[in-house]
Amino acid sequence: MATVATDYTNKVKVTDEVAEFPESVVEEMRSHLTKYPKDRSRSALIPLLFVIQRERGYIDNPGVNYLAQFLNLEVTDIWETATFYSMFNMHPVGKYHIQMCKTLSCKIMGEPELTDHICSKLGIKAGETTEDGKFTVTRVECLGSCGTAPMMQIGFDYHENLTKEKLDQIIEECE
Amino acid sequence: MEIKAIGCEPLQLKRMHIENGHTLDVYRQTGGYESLKKALDMTSDQIIDEVKASALRGRGGAGFPTGMKWSFVPRDSPKPKYIVCNADESEPGTFKDRYLLERDPHALIEGMLIGAFALGVETCYIYYRGEYKYLIEIMDRAIEEARQANLVGKNILGSDFNCEFYTHTGAGAYICGEETALLSSLEGFRGHPRMKPPFPAVEGLYACPTVVNNVETLTSVPQIIEMGGKVWQELGTEKSGGTKLWSVSGHVKKPGVYELPMGYHDMEKFILEDCGGMLRDDKKLKACIPGGSSVYAMRADQIIGKDVTLDYEGLVEAGSMVGSGGFIVIDETVDMVDSTKNLTEFYKHESCGWCTPCREGTDWLVKIFDRIWAGGGRPEDAQLILDLCDNIEGKSFCPLGDAAAWAIQGAVKRFPEDFKKHLLQNGNGAGTSGS
Repeated sequence: MATVATDYTNKVKVTDEVAEFPESVVEEMRSHLTKYPKDRSRSALIPLLFVIQRERGYIDNPGVNYLAQFLNLEVTDIWETATFYSMFNMHPVGKYHIQMCKTLSCKIMGEPELTDHICSKLGIKAGETTEDGKFTVTRVECLGSCGTAPMMQIGFDYHENLTKEKLDQIIEECE
Repeated sequence: MEIKAIGCEPLQLKRMHIENGHTLDVYRQTGGYESLKKALDMTSDQIIDEVKASALRGRGGAGFPTGMKWSFVPRDSPKPKYIVCNADESEPGTFKDRYLLERDPHALIEGMLIGAFALGVETCYIYYRGEYKYLIEIMDRAIEEARQANLVGKNILGSDFNCEFYTHTGAGAYICGEETALLSSLEGFRGHPRMKPPFPAVEGLYACPTVVNNVETLTSVPQIIEMGGKVWQELGTEKSGGTKLWSVSGHVKKPGVYELPMGYHDMEKFILEDCGGMLRDDKKLKACIPGGSSVYAMRADQIIGKDVTLDYEGLVEAGSMVGSGGFIVIDETVDMVDSTKNLTEFYKHESCGWCTPCREGTDWLVKIFDRIWAGGGRPEDAQLILDLCDNIEGKSFCPLGDAAAWAIQGAVKRFPEDFKKHLLQNGNGAGTSGS
């Protein structure tokens, strides 16, 4: 069964478990704190959530518990911020998170056909992950690349001026 | 994609096609950081007066005069002050800042340094939209280069001026382009806008005086100091100084980022000649949304033969707005009900949920458009949509609500024939299945 990536109605399993990270990651997290005044460490929360997502695959409860301790905040403070932003995944996503830009310029330049194409190729619907956990396809709002529409982002990489052929090739190259 | 200036020397786009234009060496070889040296010999008032004389207006979308914004910052505040660059470029149809950040990061640093010196600021943040995370490395490297060259840090160029730079990312939220929401986000909270007043100039980041400016606004500042505010202003018109970047997307042969002098004549020539004309020769221009999605769409007959000049006054007169300068060109194959449905989904998704008119209003708009698209259009729906928009516009906490209302009102009022097709009889509208 394909799993749904962006279903916020699924309750997160609550646990007291606190994630552990290698010293290099902890060091990286500490380095984010140096950008902000000492009494304003909450400012580092978004950059730190990106670290959690990279290390844990998504924003999970043990990771959030860790950040609460790290920043001396309540667990709910972390969830409050994390759930606001569309780039934070509250559930696991595939190794390749394909984000199709669906807003007007991309739409009129052919995004719906491309999304249909990639979904039928992968055998999933938009918002789902393939059974092997390799690909997730989501349709997202404007990514600021309208001059090279239609476009998509995989992870943090932009892929622009897409055609079905180009899409096929990009998918082939995903290992 | 094209990146070029038309009708003026490239100023903003000066380094777009120069190899390694993003490095300090090339930046300096092409006149970079000379304006900062000049500014360090000026007084705070002189710098602000030059920016005022330039008639530079905020390039993020609101178009507020930059010199005036700067002059609101209290001089005698005992609190630290901040400049925050708004690089949260998320207005649909807008992608100009991305190229400035990628190819000319030092221009932004220099513009911020000049502002910081004028306003007594010692800490600058550059807030990127989360999706632009891949651009941050370029900026971090540029900041480090500038630090090595004594352009960032303590005693800049031997003066007693100190200034630190930090990059920061959001994580996917259009609302964070609104300056107070951006500050909430930079403090680690949900991106909710804040009540104004107090304005950020008085109580912004960490309740300290803060100036929030768009990328293009700040990269204009070194040019203004270099050539003098008055000379820069005269590149454009009296009230819309200088040159401006326009992002062009949609059904044209040459989409891209174009730099035009303010007051460029005219919009028809720009779309049909400069941008290469319509993408498909046999398809006519139907509409253009000139300021990012959040302004009134213009019908072809409001553009063709109408001598519309591209500046703040010209576009208002023609029935729309400059906004962020994101041209979305639409040909006759597009059903405006479909395109507007797409935008309602955008605003619903991006509404932050803080105030009721915007949160509930955008949700209902999506529901109505979904029903119309599924074939359930009713004759009274056009008026219903306008009423809904009226209940959002001017009644929401921040301008996102107005933006949503304008985008949708514009389409309903100006493309009634498209809506009529879908709103024939109860349940018998000519709906189309599909996305």
